[in-house]
Parts: sequence; structure tokens; C-alpha cells
Amino acid sequence: MDNALVTVLIAMLGGAIRVSTPFMFVALGETLTEKSGRINLGLEGNLVLGAMVAYAVSYLSGNAWLGVLAAGGSGLFLGALHGYICKLPRVNDIAVGIAMMSFGTGLAFFFGKPFIQPTAPRLDAIPLGDWTGNPALAQALQVNPLFFVGIALAVFMFWAFRNTRWGLIVRMTGDSAASAKAMGVSVDLVRFLATAAGGFLAGIGGAFLSLYYPGSWNQGLSSGQGLMAVALVIFARWDPIKCIFAALLFGAAGALGPSLQSIGISQGYYFFNAAPYILTLIIMIISAGSKAAARDVPGELSITK
Amino acid sequence: MTLTAISRRRLLKVGAAGLAASALPFGIARAQTNVVLGIVYVGPKDDFGWNQAHAVSVESLKALPGITVVEEENVPETDAVAKSMESMINLDGANLILATSFGYYNPFVVELAKKYPDVTFRHAAPLWNKDKDPANAGSYFPYLNQAHYVNGVAAGLSSGGKIGFVAAKPIPSVLSNINSALLGARSVNPNATVQVIFTGEWSLPVREAEATNALVDAGCEVITCHVDSPKVVIETAEGRGVKTAGHNASQAPLAPKGFITGAEYKWETIYKSYADDIAAGKTPPNFLVGGYNNDMLRNTPYGAGATPEAIAAADAAIAALVAGAPIYKGTLKDNAGNVVVDKDYDNYDPYLDGMNWLLEGVQGSIT
Repeated sequence: MDNALVTVLIAMLGGAIRVSTPFMFVALGETLTEKSGRINLGLEGNLVLGAMVAYAVSYLSGNAWLGVLAAGGSGLFLGALHGYICKLPRVNDIAVGIAMMSFGTGLAFFFGKPFIQPTAPRLDAIPLGDWTGNPALAQALQVNPLFFVGIALAVFMFWAFRNTRWGLIVRMTGDSAASAKAMGVSVDLVRFLATAAGGFLAGIGGAFLSLYYPGSWNQGLSSGQGLMAVALVIFARWDPIKCIFAALLFGAAGALGPSLQSIGISQGYYFFNAAPYILTLIIMIISAGSKAAARDVPGELSITK
Repeated sequence: MTLTAISRRRLLKVGAAGLAASALPFGIARAQTNVVLGIVYVGPKDDFGWNQAHAVSVESLKALPGITVVEEENVPETDAVAKSMESMINLDGANLILATSFGYYNPFVVELAKKYPDVTFRHAAPLWNKDKDPANAGSYFPYLNQAHYVNGVAAGLSSGGKIGFVAAKPIPSVLSNINSALLGARSVNPNATVQVIFTGEWSLPVREAEATNALVDAGCEVITCHVDSPKVVIETAEGRGVKTAGHNASQAPLAPKGFITGAEYKWETIYKSYADDIAAGKTPPNFLVGGYNNDMLRNTPYGAGATPEAIAAADAAIAALVAGAPIYKGTLKDNAGNVVVDKDYDNYDPYLDGMNWLLEGVQGSIT
């Protein structure tokens, strides 16, 4: 049983590292957007379009990193479009987000058709666990560079929201548009830039899906991960560092179902496969009730108004 | 459900048909009926899997005279499929509808078959019931487990005999593929085992990749699967350096190093026979099943992962199946110790259609 437990723990570690990155990027992008006082529910569209564009560009150019960049570009485009439409008077950002989600996935399915069959160059992993001499652990510690980029970005965002002029401006627009205006800040411009940058990050998350793990482009690739990541932002109380932990937890919980079956605990796999969602709900219920939690919400968010 | 409501399209179509009919002189006898074949897929038709297998077969029919093909992909197993099929009938004049996904049958195919008694409906799973369901509906289904048996034979001799199986849902046809792979492997290697992980969904790429990794970590030397699109499973396994056996369509190009062989459908045998029957004015059979013995299956040409002994044994197994040799031979126990096969069963015995057990030697559970 000890051995089996170790197997499950290693699988969860591996799952956390492999599965979490797209959640991380989408959640960080959404955090930035929501901190500026706007919600972009359409990041699922950015994720899927990013995955498709990354795969297509990597296939056509032969360079996977160029694919990552192009995916970011496609996300930037969708984010900017969302940001621009929401600047128009009497536009509801949630409704636009849902439209952008359909638009992004639709574009991806339409242009992605010819890229389902071919095999594109993928991103490489850094083998960090070879020294352990344990093949399972070595496999779990195959880490893609984007994972570290995500963590570094979260730390940077955490610091920047507190210590830089730009960070403070974004937070101010999110908490009180009136104060921002009084300071002479263009609320619309800040939100436009924050939405576009958030879209860029979500596009990168999509590139990870198609170019690293699971590492192929097809229409069922995301299966709602972009939506889940937006929910993780609320779960993480708009804190970039907590976004990382939320994404890791979600990835680890997702590995639970398959790995329990692999060690022979095969009863009730439907329940274990639902573990990430159950876990998220439970933590949400526990954490969302407190007064402190209410203080974390950006004041201008349309869901809380 | 709005199956009985008259849509605007349908109204226009009926009107147009009436006009067209009145403009034609009556009494022209036609020697042959043109076949307009409408086919609905649940996913993209180039998914390296279930949908691609159908699409490739239909593609081969397009060249034949007197057959028009209407296709629609990515149709969910909801009211959407009823709308797709109805529009194929009303707008494209389809007289043969092929519904290729399990969940299309009830209520969508059944209800539409009642509404359009002149159209022939066939559904790709053995669900048609002659007492309850309309006479113009029907089922067809090759028993792919025979080809998975061959996979098992080849896998058993191309490895130490530890096979990993990524499965979608524990329905009888999936369970039979798992059990047959085990029996194939055991026929050449008595110590062979099959370890199964159920993902719970037909297409869930991230979880399929996770399941594949978990099986390789558990020591499996060959990975095979029963999911809609095996691409992710085969590529992940190839990336981990283990051998693979395919499912549904050819995945050989995805695994140049480790591919052994794959279980494939030969849908064109069925579709061609339907089209011929309708063209000749006959009713195609309501219930059409088959396997190696009537040319409805094939195995993917052997890849680099297959050893020479494996190829010889697999070819022999195919020859035996063509001659009708049974796969389930008594006595066999399930993995809880109950006797589930007490005698030799014919490969099409109805008892096997209700399979709800995994044989001894399979590690996994259906609940």
C-alpha cells in the first residue's frame, strides 16, 4: 500500500505540473483583466484559438516557440476586440465575453480543420528529475519552460500590483473608476490594455495545450478548461500567487482519477474524476463566506455590483 | 423535443415538392432509385478515430454512380441531431440516413423513423429492437472485439504481456474489446494481463493523456485504447517509449517506432450493401452485424513495434476468425471470481452483447 500511495502522490505531482500550466496562464490573464474592473468570460475562446494558431504556426514554420508567440498574438487580438467593444456605451462585458467565447472557438474550428491530421513540432521539456534515478519521478519532473514562465509571471504580477505605478493604476480603475477619473487616468484605456494583455496570456495557455500537453490539436482539446480557469480566479481571490496554487491543486486533483485506477482502486472512478470540481466547490464555500474575502473583490466588477 | 412541429423549412420544402411533382409528367418508371445517403458524425471527420473510419468509408462510395453523399460533422447527441437528419431528408432528399453515434438512437432516430416511414434509417450500434422499433429503422455493427483480439495476440508476443487499456465508458462493446484483447494476449502468453483505466467520456484529451501516463508508470509495455479519437493516447505512449496498438482507424503514422497493429472497421462493406439494396428497390437488412468472417473488419498493417513471431501469430488468428473460430471459450471467470463464460460462445451470441464483466486477468472495475 505504501508503494501504491507513493505512485499516486508522484502521479499527482506530475499531474499538477503537466495539467496546471494552461489554467495558470488563463487565470493570470483573467486576474489582470478583473483587477482593472472588467470581466472577460471569453477566455475559453482565446485558449482554443491559441491552441489552434500555435499548432498551425508551429507546423507551417517548423518552430514551436514561434507558435507560442503567434498564439499569444491571437489571444491579444481577441482580448483587444473584447476590450474595444466593452468601451462602447451600454455594453455588458459578460454578454460580450460569452459572444467572444463562441467567436474564438468558432474561428479555431473553422481555420483548424486542416491541422487536425498533421503532426507539428512540439515544445521540449526540461528533465529535472533524472538525478532521482526513479523513472516515475523523472517522468513527473519533466517540466515545460512555460510552467516556470507562469510562476515567474505570477510573482511579478503580485509584486507589480503593489509596488509599481502601473499596478496601482490597474487596481484603482478596478476598485473605483471615479477615483481613477479624478486622478486623470483614462479608465477605458486601462481596461482595454488589461483585457488585451489578459487575452495574450490566455492565448499562450492554449499553445501549451496543443504544443506540449496533451500536445495535439483537435476540437475537443480544451473541453472547458478556459471556463474553469476563469472560475479559479474567484477561487484564488484575485491574487496571482494563489492562482498558481489553485491551478496546481486543480491539476493534481485531476490526476487523482486515472492514478487511483492505475494502482487498482478502480471502484468509483466517476467520483474521483469529478474530484477537481468537488474540491473547488468545497474550498470556494469555505473561503467565500468570510468578510476578508469580500474585501478582495475589485469594486467595479459587474458581477458584484 | 419539437419533432412534430412543422418548421418553416419543412413547409417550404413540401410546397416546393408539390410544385415540382405537378410539373412532372406522371408515369415515368425508373429502373433504379438514386441513393442519397445522409450521414451524421458526432465529431470531426478527421479525428484519427471513430468518425474518420466512417468518413473514409463514405468517401469511397462517392465515386460510385447513383450515390450522393450528404455529411454533417460535430453534431451533438441532442435535439441537434434530429434537426440535422430532418434537414437532410427535407432539403437534400436523403433516403438513407446513417446515424453514427451511440446516443443518436433513442429517441432521435426512433422518433424520426416514425415520422418519415419512407426513409431508411440505420444506426451504428446494436440497439434496434424488432418488437418496439419502427421497421424502417435498423442497426449495423461490426464486432470490433475480433480485431482487438488480434491486437492482443500481436501485443502479447511483441512485449512481456503487460497491456494498458485506456477506455471511455464501461458499456458492453468497450468491455468486450478489453476482454478480447486479454484473451488474444493470453492465447499466446498465459501470463498476460490487461490493466484498464476508464476516463468516463468519449473524448477528453487531457484525461486520456493522464491515463496513458498512469498506465506507463504502472509498468504497461503496450498501450491500446477505446476512445473516440486515439490520437492523444497513441502519441503520448509513443513519446513515453512504449509500444501501441490502435483502435477505429489507422494510427500507424502517429507512432513510427512503437506501433504494432490496430483494430479497424471496414464500414464500406456495410454502406455499399445498403446502397445496393436501396438502388435495387429492396429493403436493407434491419439488423446487420459481422466481423472478420464477412469482411467488416481489418487490422492496420503491422508497424515497427510488431515482432516477426507476433505477425505470424496475428495472421493465424485472423485466419481462424475468418473461419468463425470463437473467442470466448469456456470456462472463464470474471475478475471477481464468478464464472461468466461456461461454454464456447459463438462470436455473435446475444449473451455476449449484454457483457457486464471484466475477465480474470483484467485489472479494473466497471463501476
